[in-house]
Amino acid sequence: MKRVLIFGATSAIAEHCARVWAARGDELYLVARNEQRVHAIAKDLKVRGAANVNTYCTDLNRVERHVELLDVIDEALTHIDIVLIAYGTLSNQISCEKSVEETLSEIKTNALSTISLLTLLANRFEAKREGTICVISSVAGDRGRASNYVYGSAKAMVTAFASGLRQRLYKSNVTVVTVKPGFIDTPMTAKFKKGPLWTKPNLIATRIVGAIDAKKNEVYAPFFWWLVMWSIQSIPSGLFKRLRL
Amino acid sequence: MTLTTTISGWGNYPQQEAQLLTPSSFASLKASVKQDGDLIVRGMGRSYGDSANASRVLQTSYYDHFVDFDAKTGRLTAETGITLREILKVIVHSGWFLPVTPGTSYVTLGGAIASDVHGKNHHTAGTFGQHVESISMMLGTGEVVTASQVDNLDLFHATCGGMGLTGVILSATIQLIPIRSSFINQKAVKADCIESACEALDDNDSANYSVAWIDCLAKGKHLGRSVLMLGEHAQSGHVEINIKDPICVPFNTPSNLLNSFTMKTLNGAYWQKTRHNQTQKVPFIPYFYPLDAIGNWNKLYGKPGFLQFQCVIPKYDGIANMRKLLLEIRKSREGSFLAALKKFGEANNNLLSFPTAGYTLALDFKLTESAIGTLHRLEDIVVGMGGRVYLTKDAVMQEANFKTTYPNWEQFESVREKYGAIGKFRSAQSQRLGLA
Repeated sequence: MKRVLIFGATSAIAEHCARVWAARGDELYLVARNEQRVHAIAKDLKVRGAANVNTYCTDLNRVERHVELLDVIDEALTHIDIVLIAYGTLSNQISCEKSVEETLSEIKTNALSTISLLTLLANRFEAKREGTICVISSVAGDRGRASNYVYGSAKAMVTAFASGLRQRLYKSNVTVVTVKPGFIDTPMTAKFKKGPLWTKPNLIATRIVGAIDAKKNEVYAPFFWWLVMWSIQSIPSGLFKRLRL
Repeated sequence: MTLTTTISGWGNYPQQEAQLLTPSSFASLKASVKQDGDLIVRGMGRSYGDSANASRVLQTSYYDHFVDFDAKTGRLTAETGITLREILKVIVHSGWFLPVTPGTSYVTLGGAIASDVHGKNHHTAGTFGQHVESISMMLGTGEVVTASQVDNLDLFHATCGGMGLTGVILSATIQLIPIRSSFINQKAVKADCIESACEALDDNDSANYSVAWIDCLAKGKHLGRSVLMLGEHAQSGHVEINIKDPICVPFNTPSNLLNSFTMKTLNGAYWQKTRHNQTQKVPFIPYFYPLDAIGNWNKLYGKPGFLQFQCVIPKYDGIANMRKLLLEIRKSREGSFLAALKKFGEANNNLLSFPTAGYTLALDFKLTESAIGTLHRLEDIVVGMGGRVYLTKDAVMQEANFKTTYPNWEQFESVREKYGAIGKFRSAQSQRLGLA
């Protein structure tokens, strides 16, 4: 039995990962903002086979509370095998362009608060010399595009930070997995029309849990996004700036 | 969050532009319900016609949580966006099974209740709704109420089989049945014409599960040539569940792939291959859900889509009438190559529930102008025989035929009136059938 701690447990991707772990009989620790929803998820995971489910309600945007939160979970944390950081918001690019405040707030949610958690968790995992930290970044972080560069740049920071952390923690036997999902059909993307590139969160979850099991470094989810992003990154900037992607 | 998109039922006809609402919290669900405009709830979109089509559609995908499962008593409570497939993944391990299951596991719990679905055990177990203990639902006003044999009984009988027209079913408690093995002892019985198929169904009333597959290409004295599939839960063995993701048909195939030559060959081969009274122990998944192995089998009908026709005709003169129907279908040269035949037990108290004592026949028609005409003709014949057509499969039924054959429709409307559903929950189908 594994012990898994999930930040942003009500996100569709996190919830489906939790279902995979629950079916295996693992023990889950869920951190989320919405109390009603996280309780519904906890009940669900128990029926699906989780050995035990613990919930913590907090707004992870309040970075100053992270230390206190980890202290509360501390007892459990010494036994945690896997951490999944999965929360985020899909920024509204147009309104971000008109508001510095909104831009910075989106970057705080999608990058800074994640980095705060990663910093605190890294030190604890480094000390115990085992475990896996998995962070959900995005294909949007691979190259800034006009349509969502605020979200994209925040995710780029997460990807780069996790890459550095992976190198640092390698010698402490701690794995850092970066997952870059493509288009996933979740409440966050409900307003988009879905084409053939879209994937359901349950399929992504299988990929993520598999990547954690196999101690992968960086994975695209689904895998074909590797090719899509490789192509996008290969376009020379002189041409790229003229495109609408 | 909303999105405007084109939707349709499993038959891909008719299609409709709709605002798709996918609430993920109670607050957003309530806001969607309270907003003005027609609204219908949609689960997996597996009803064939237009019963989940409306200008605003509330998709329950994120209401798919288990609430409680008591492995000692087999009582299960879950939100209604969960699929029967997900439920099976959890319950089979602990030695429980669905009391009633339709021919696909890709339907939601809410859809199974709203359609009051039946399975191969209708003659022994009745419909799905008969195993529902209680439901929690949101009315048009946003108020949440319980409906059961004890509370709001009128609402309960209107909602089971009510095609989502009474409100949003949020969660439901059902009683499962115990099993000792996840295998089914299957017995094949060959019947070389419709008369002997119906008689074989009558003779095997004591079998827990029974259905006959009719080879619609057989004619003359072999009209209605069938293979009956009888089934019992195995009493020994173990419980295991091997649920694989389906192979998907990625796009609409050329619609002449299923032509009469290929099918005649396949059906003939199947008939030859099957040995009379052959028994086999098979896993429950291929037994109950053979088509679930192919993800989007509906796309095999090509872009235009297809219609499904399922009717029930009374037991009295049933066998002779079934022959008349098969002849009519043959004459049209439009029906599918396989049809399912089953004997229903008694009707229940749910106002719009489909099954009534008699024989039921189900088959597909590739969508064409003339197929719609054929379905109307078949519908009239069935009405003349005192039978009726299944709302979950229907895309073309005429209002007068609906009102004649579902005589409780007026009572249904008064329950909807009482619970604030009128002017709120409406589908393309309910409008076509003349419901308010």
